[in-house]
Amino acid sequence: MDFQSIIVNALQAAVSPEAAIFALAAIGLNIHFGYTGLLNFGQAGFMTMGAYGLAVPVFAFGWPLWTGVIFGILAAVVFALALGAPTLRLRADYLAIVTIAAAEIVRFLVRATSLSDITGGSNGINGFSSDFYDLNPFTESIKFGPFSFLPRTMWAIILGWVLVLLGIGFCYLVVNSPWGRVLKAIREDEDAARALGKNAYSIKMQSLIIGGIFGALAGMMLAISTGSVQPSPQDLGPPKTFFAYAALILGGTARLWGPVVGSIIFIALLQFTDGLIRGAQSAGWIPEWFISGTEVGVMRFILLGVGLMLLMLYRPQGIFGDKREMAFDV
Amino acid sequence: MSSASEVETAWGADRPESTPGSKKSDPILVVDGIRRTFGGLTAVDVDHLEIQRNKITALIGPNGAGKTTFFNLITGFDAPDAGSWSYNGEPMSSLAPHKVALKGMVRTFQLTKALARLSVIENMKLGAQNQKGENLFRAMMRGWKDEERANEERADALLKRFKMDHMREEFAGGLSGGQRKLLEMARALMTEPDLIMLDEPMAGVNPALTQSLLGHVKELRDEGRTVVFVEHDMDVVRDISDWVVVMAEGKIIAEGTHEEIGKNRQVIDAYLGSHHDEDLTFDDEEE
Repeated sequence: MDFQSIIVNALQAAVSPEAAIFALAAIGLNIHFGYTGLLNFGQAGFMTMGAYGLAVPVFAFGWPLWTGVIFGILAAVVFALALGAPTLRLRADYLAIVTIAAAEIVRFLVRATSLSDITGGSNGINGFSSDFYDLNPFTESIKFGPFSFLPRTMWAIILGWVLVLLGIGFCYLVVNSPWGRVLKAIREDEDAARALGKNAYSIKMQSLIIGGIFGALAGMMLAISTGSVQPSPQDLGPPKTFFAYAALILGGTARLWGPVVGSIIFIALLQFTDGLIRGAQSAGWIPEWFISGTEVGVMRFILLGVGLMLLMLYRPQGIFGDKREMAFDV
Repeated sequence: MSSASEVETAWGADRPESTPGSKKSDPILVVDGIRRTFGGLTAVDVDHLEIQRNKITALIGPNGAGKTTFFNLITGFDAPDAGSWSYNGEPMSSLAPHKVALKGMVRTFQLTKALARLSVIENMKLGAQNQKGENLFRAMMRGWKDEERANEERADALLKRFKMDHMREEFAGGLSGGQRKLLEMARALMTEPDLIMLDEPMAGVNPALTQSLLGHVKELRDEGRTVVFVEHDMDVVRDISDWVVVMAEGKIIAEGTHEEIGKNRQVIDAYLGSHHDEDLTFDDEEE
């Protein structure tokens, strides 16, 4: 078994655009769930808004790509308003139900055959990202030691991580402010915040919108890096939301770097277990009847699930979390 | 401890009549015909109530009398079926809770709402009103640092006054029940309220701390604030209240000084049942 290449692949995955996509989605969830206590189970819906908002103007109207960025963000804002207006006055669980349903509604809507002139139907949209890759300064593969990145990937990596860093900077500013304090107060006890003169409804809506914009950025990043948008469950369906949650909890909720580090570790571990199982298979350590080649993809998620359970048992606050905070029953 | 005569002297010529819904010389809160029903149960049905400014008014009554529901209605946490009320002459009906608080009427809760995963000082700073930094765009621009420093100084002074300054950096979730009551009262004061409504401020607080809490409540009045509080402990009521309002089954059944209330037949009946002093036997030695 070639351990070196397994580790190189895992490290390469750690900085891949995919990790940046998860980091952006998880930063949004951190604002929703970590700081405000909003249970948004529809982050994939916000990603869909971003991805299709980006691709549709290019595909359907032939407009330049940058207009898509604006549409993607606007679509996320509208989606947040539509979700928040009826549910944010109610108890927290209603938002959870509505977001998970709305995200799926949106995904089924964009794959509807009758909309295929606009959204590409179940085939999705391809070939809208040339505006971005035309700007690519890299012409050949970039190599650092054993690592090697294709020019397109490198360009997407730079965009993704710049967005993540900007996002973290933004979060640092707003979370460590009186505004951020109100967010946390709402998470702890909404009525207490209202009794002290805070407009909880408005602040929750702001939080939903901002976290949703991060979701949309993740969706745009997904669309850009893969060069296509697909209305498939693994791209924009519920698993995406729950993987982003897993990454967030792994890193530590309500911690600035929690979602970023969590996403990096999540993606690297996924790649690592994948490499490990495949390596063990080809070395003949795992018999074919036990895990077949097609089952590796599933197996790594099982292993990751076990890992997450162990984390919850022994370090429930995540990697960055504060153990003291877990002591209070809230 | 204020004796009855002391209470009477404090009122002087402004002494209101001891009848339910009596007129006050300078009311801060006037409630008219407020009613709230839950299905078939009428929780609150108050015809008229005035709360005198700069006095400590106790709201007492047996369990289920509607005291907390009344608090919830007045502070916007619940909506009445009918009725209106005004605060400082301004109509307050159907105002959202945060707007009520911004007008200077602030409440605490029977079950304390300490914000567990925020430190004591952060809990306090949350109380400051109209903070520039609570606007998202201004929060980013960092133009709120001076204001924050001023709020922090005020919070520290209040913590000192409530003898909680040594717990400044602790998580509020780690405080004892009594300390949470203190924190909640101190946090409410950060809003600089004119009218402060305390829902069972002494419940679950040990006797030593009760004494200091009582002192703090009296200080509020001496600062020119108005206090309304719900309490079950009659010693507390006797100790600090200038005026007592008694509720039973949603209605105001009596008003007066604590001395008068202690002798009021209707009040005793409400608490103990109207036949409480009649013996079940035919012995007529009693009385």
